[in-house]
Amino acid sequence: MNANLEQIKQEIISGAEELTSSKEVYEFKKKFLDGKAGKIGMLMKEMKNIAPQERAAYGKGVNELKEWALGFLGELDVKMKEKELQARYEAEKIDISLPAAEEKEGNLHPITLVRNQLIDIFSGMGFEIYEGREIETDYYNFTALNTPQDHPARDMQDTFYLSPEFLLRTQTSAGQIHVMENSKPPIKILSPGKVFRSDDDATHSPMFTQMEGLVVDKGITLCDLQGMLDVFVKKIYGEGTKTRLRPSYFPFTEPSVEVDCSCFECGGTGCKLCKGTGWIEILGAGVVNNKVLENCGIDPNEYSGFAFGIGIERTAMLKYGINNIKLLFESDLRVLSQLND
Amino acid sequence: MITPLSWLKEYVDIDITPQELQDKLFSCGFEVEELYEVGKDISKVVVGKVMTCEPIPETHLHVCQVDCGEHGTFQICCGADNVATGGKFPVALVGATVYATAKDHKTVEGVMTIGKGKLRGYESFGMLCSGVELGVSENMFPGAGYNGLLVLPEDAEIGADVKPMLGLDDWIFDIAITANRPDCQSIFGIAREVAAVLGKELKMPALDYTETDAELSGFKVSVDCPDLCPRYSAHYVTDVTIGESPAWMKRRLALVGIDAISNVVDITNYILKELGQPMHAFDLSTLEGNAINVRRAADGEKIVTLDEQELTLNNANMVICDGVKPVALAGVMGGLNSEIRETTSAVLFESAKFARDNIRRTSRAVGKRSDSSARYEKGVDEYATVMAMKRALHLIEELGCGKVAKTHVDVNTGNSVEPRALTVSIDRVNKCLGIVVPNEEILKIMTNLCFEPSIDGDDLKLMVPAYREDVETYQDIAEEVIRMYGYEHVVPAFMPSAQVTIGGLNQVQKTELRLKKALCSAGAYECIHYSFFSPADLDMLRIPEEAAERNAIRIMNPISEEISLMRTTLAASMINAIARNQKKGNLAGRLFEIGNVYMPYELPLTQYPDEKARLCVGIFGENESFYTMKGLAQKIAETLHVTFEYEAMSNTFLHPYQTAKVLCEGNEVGYFGKLAYDIADAKDLRTPAFVMELDLKVLSQWYDKKAVFTPLPKFPEESRDLALVADRSITCGEIEKVMKESCKYISKITLFDIYEGEQIAADKKSMAFTVVFTPKNEAFTAESVDGYVKKILKQLGKAYGVELRS
Repeated sequence: MNANLEQIKQEIISGAEELTSSKEVYEFKKKFLDGKAGKIGMLMKEMKNIAPQERAAYGKGVNELKEWALGFLGELDVKMKEKELQARYEAEKIDISLPAAEEKEGNLHPITLVRNQLIDIFSGMGFEIYEGREIETDYYNFTALNTPQDHPARDMQDTFYLSPEFLLRTQTSAGQIHVMENSKPPIKILSPGKVFRSDDDATHSPMFTQMEGLVVDKGITLCDLQGMLDVFVKKIYGEGTKTRLRPSYFPFTEPSVEVDCSCFECGGTGCKLCKGTGWIEILGAGVVNNKVLENCGIDPNEYSGFAFGIGIERTAMLKYGINNIKLLFESDLRVLSQLND
Repeated sequence: MITPLSWLKEYVDIDITPQELQDKLFSCGFEVEELYEVGKDISKVVVGKVMTCEPIPETHLHVCQVDCGEHGTFQICCGADNVATGGKFPVALVGATVYATAKDHKTVEGVMTIGKGKLRGYESFGMLCSGVELGVSENMFPGAGYNGLLVLPEDAEIGADVKPMLGLDDWIFDIAITANRPDCQSIFGIAREVAAVLGKELKMPALDYTETDAELSGFKVSVDCPDLCPRYSAHYVTDVTIGESPAWMKRRLALVGIDAISNVVDITNYILKELGQPMHAFDLSTLEGNAINVRRAADGEKIVTLDEQELTLNNANMVICDGVKPVALAGVMGGLNSEIRETTSAVLFESAKFARDNIRRTSRAVGKRSDSSARYEKGVDEYATVMAMKRALHLIEELGCGKVAKTHVDVNTGNSVEPRALTVSIDRVNKCLGIVVPNEEILKIMTNLCFEPSIDGDDLKLMVPAYREDVETYQDIAEEVIRMYGYEHVVPAFMPSAQVTIGGLNQVQKTELRLKKALCSAGAYECIHYSFFSPADLDMLRIPEEAAERNAIRIMNPISEEISLMRTTLAASMINAIARNQKKGNLAGRLFEIGNVYMPYELPLTQYPDEKARLCVGIFGENESFYTMKGLAQKIAETLHVTFEYEAMSNTFLHPYQTAKVLCEGNEVGYFGKLAYDIADAKDLRTPAFVMELDLKVLSQWYDKKAVFTPLPKFPEESRDLALVADRSITCGEIEKVMKESCKYISKITLFDIYEGEQIAADKKSMAFTVVFTPKNEAFTAESVDGYVKKILKQLGKAYGVELRS
């Protein structure tokens, strides 16, 4: 081999030992292999000074040197890059036990969450959502719902009056009357909203949320109420949940029932949540009283219906294990941030 | 309704356990809220006979050998003064539970378990008991009130459990009665239901009596207010001897929590509990004018009631008067002037129906509640007034404390006390329930409920008892049938005959939910605050007297002043929520609420007020600023697919220079800004707070706006960075507005730097913008964009003297 070529090879080998970074490798490589400009490229220009009979051998030698240098420096480059990558990772070694960066995301209020869940279930059953007025007249809140002035049921609810005629609705049922006055059956509405009663302790708030459902159509019976409730409790509390109806009293339904569902905590065997009874009271319901239909101009000989009312706070409190209703209205971030779905 | 089992058994043979009865009552609509044995705390107490009783020297104690039959004979030390050889007393054996008493031997201080003891060196294996220690009062068992040992009858079987003989094995049912069943507000009323649900015979209380010839000649009853008093009956009783009631009556009254007073008064109380009819007895000698007159009180009229309080009445109250003066506040309490005394020798009984609402209002207005008013408030029926009078006269005879005279006056403008005929269609009853109840079941149920049913084809013919004022239609009958037949017979169905409906949220509801979710994704938590607020909140916000927000609707009967007004702004509740959070150490956070404000058209209300949905956002913390709040406003605008514009404004509770009015397509929709420092200080806020309130009712006009897709530009966009120098008073918004107006190709302007300082004149600032130009129909040339920039600079110079920074 041409001594010159051998010299370049040695120059590369010894020079490579000095290299410490891929950048240096790149610069070093450029010194020898940069098209026609590098030292090896220059060797080709020497060709004209080589004796013709040696030219073939010389050319071959240069090419071999070039191939070798490409391979040798390429390998070095890969090694160097690997080393550098490793070093970069090591430099970025962190304490993974440090606190997480805050991901800012708020929550819907638990009342909204429960409300949405119920709305989803009942929307699927064909219920429209109707939000009535919060300030109502005595007529819509009581009289039209078969609760005239002297009716004992008025004692069941302590009403906030705004004037002799106007009041804060004590029940979302008030909205039923507006709907029935303004539309013809079939009626299938779900009426969520704020209601107000003069009551204030650990389980009662002067403002709370109800969700009233109403179905009026031909041939509606108590069995339909039972069937709908069965679907509802299974969707909200799980497939195995059972319902139990027992007699109760509301002026606007007859028969009236209180609806219990098998305790979703213990499955009905009795626990602290259900106070050992295996049942949890979830809502009041009944067949719409004909007097209410008549008050709204709906012929009870043609149509019948059922209605039910659910307390949203109670449902939310059961769901999240909240023991004081006040917590729902105090907007304490320590509370709100826990109550996500 | 407190109901002792032993008393119920007077009218029905009950052969099931108390727990089984509880379940039966529950299934037919009577929830037993509490069920307990009278002697639930007493156990292992037996009859013992003192065989020997030796005094322990220098003490008041005795050491006794007590024979307890099968349990053995025990040495027991006893300090009671009536312990004596041969006497039979209750013995609490070792391991027994009885009530512990204080030093006075009268006050119960919990339950104790008896252990072996040693007194003055004498071992003691048990305790001889007093009535108090067993929870037995004098009224429950004669002699039990003695402050010493309870003496048991001589024939008591030695070693037997004392509970049955003291009535401690009785059970108390506390039963919830729904508002439609006032007829069950009595032991007998409950008994009727128990008889029906058990299918047993109902035994009527004795109502018979014999009248003498005595009469009050010329005696008259007049009712001036038949609307408030549909029935008033009075009966004269002579030869009255006031004394103690018999033990059985005192015991029953004690079980329901009433102290025995005297035979005549006890009879009225007994009937109140037994039949649910309040009665009153007047001392006849105190009545003047030989008459009873029921009327509304005169305004300012006074009466002194039995409890020696003088009340001033008005026209809304009702009084019972003799021929001269008021002698009772109707339905609430008798007058002191006519009360039964030891010397009473003739009595006039009253049994009346008063309007429930009138008694309720009067009782509340004068602040006086009695067993009688509590009962009247729930409603009594005419049937009970008649039955109760008969029962009272019977008891007068039975107790031997008077003679029933002839004089009976009954003023009746109310309902008949005879059963009413009602015919309903069996088919409709079944269609209401959705099942077919066999006819024989219906007959059985209605028979048990005393409706005397018969069936004729589809007709169910009934005689509705007079006390069932709640039963009017086939729906009521359906309820009677199913509550007795059992709700477990209801078969779930899913509206097979109903039409299909399509449900779901409407546009407004959907949009509000989208807004809420958008705010949650920006780190805000939804809150719900009371719809009411305080006049102090309006003062805190310094709302001017003439502002609409001051014109809040007032609750006539608020729980407290803090929640006495209907909200006219959500800002106050939000500021208070921020303050509460800071007090608890939450120094940064984001909150929002969607709720109504209530704007009246006039006060007092004569029409529905405007209920307007508002959105209120409250943010606080060192990292929050006017601009972070502006970012939330932008987020809301984007969610609604609208554009907000902002104008500087000031209001009474926000920072004068960090408050913006929010406009949407030229309409004012709300405001936001930094909470004023003095308010923040007054609320002890430790970090800056910002409030935004938007009127969703106004915004709802754009709720149907959809996101519109703009095709991507066909030709490349160009952007230029422009550093501009302007007077410090020129706003970013003003510059952007001029730029946009001077070139239609501008699609986006972004401010990326503001500089004030040495490198430019003192009254100037430098603002650097990136301006993006989007071509429309043809591509830009290098010259065209330069041309636009030149034009923009020219317009800026003209409008505000703005120059390119050199």
